[in-house]
Amino acid sequence: MIYYLILILFLLLLMIGAAVYSVVQKDLLYAVIGTGLISLVLSILFLLLQAPDVALTEAAIGVALTTIVFIITIRNTVRHEDEEKNRRTLPNQPTK
Amino acid sequence: MNDILDIFGMILLLIGGIFLFLGGLGIFRMPDTYNRLQAGTKATTLGGMSVILSVGILEPGWFIKTLVLVIFIALSNPISSHALAHANYKRGNKPFLKGGPEYDQYRKTFEQEGKETEENTNEKVKEEETA
Amino acid sequence: MLNIIIYITLGFMFTGIFFSALRFVLGPTAADRTVALDTLTTIAMALLVLLSFVYKRFIYIDVALVYGVLGFIGVLVIARYLEGAL
Repeated sequence: MIYYLILILFLLLLMIGAAVYSVVQKDLLYAVIGTGLISLVLSILFLLLQAPDVALTEAAIGVALTTIVFIITIRNTVRHEDEEKNRRTLPNQPTK
Repeated sequence: MNDILDIFGMILLLIGGIFLFLGGLGIFRMPDTYNRLQAGTKATTLGGMSVILSVGILEPGWFIKTLVLVIFIALSNPISSHALAHANYKRGNKPFLKGGPEYDQYRKTFEQEGKETEENTNEKVKEEETA
Repeated sequence: MLNIIIYITLGFMFTGIFFSALRFVLGPTAADRTVALDTLTTIAMALLVLLSFVYKRFIYIDVALVYGVLGFIGVLVIARYLEGAL
């Protein structure tokens, strides 16, 4: 049984790594692919923790629908995150 | 009879595991996107098929459903790999060839297809203008 | 005997998942990352079926079935976006 615990630990570390990667990444397309990886690993984790209905929903929503919606969003907006443009400025601060 | 089926299923399971490992290793070690596509799609298709079929053999009541899964893998995996390779070629990533670019046999067909689609669009534009 | 072979196969699968995830992080272009995601989807399908055999539940195979039907749509959409034809 300790074998499966090690597998669950490995999958948890992989999922957290993918989440951190997809938050930090500046290229938004890579972040969307990272989101697909998160939902893939999360579905296996739900099955390992014996919740097949949640895993079914996660597989249907996370793999197909989220990717399609985000890709269409990227198609209609920009792909690369622009740091200079999106920097917040306080109202009293003079902008450069 | 049952023992023979069990041993056959176990051997198939081990072969599937080895091929899944080789797919992962190939996708890490290969130098080019096309080589990675080759390793990551073909080896993984064989590995996944044998693991799923071995589960169907070890548990004979599940055989029909596992057969449906194998058919789904056989249909859906080549579609995605073909779309990825075509998209990668269309973006301008040429494959690494030892003999030079004249060994690229897909290039002539690709250029001809591009010309044909351009001509079609031009004809459509002309037709719209004349109409 | 069967338990040992299932352990060995699970170890092989998780090593494959590890290498694919490494390529996912390292890969220089978007196509490499998408290839890694495609490979991970197929390995995950085999893993789900094997886990349903380990837990002896017939219902668990449905999750793998949903993966088989829907898993390649995401890769297809990303490929169409890379092609510029979406």
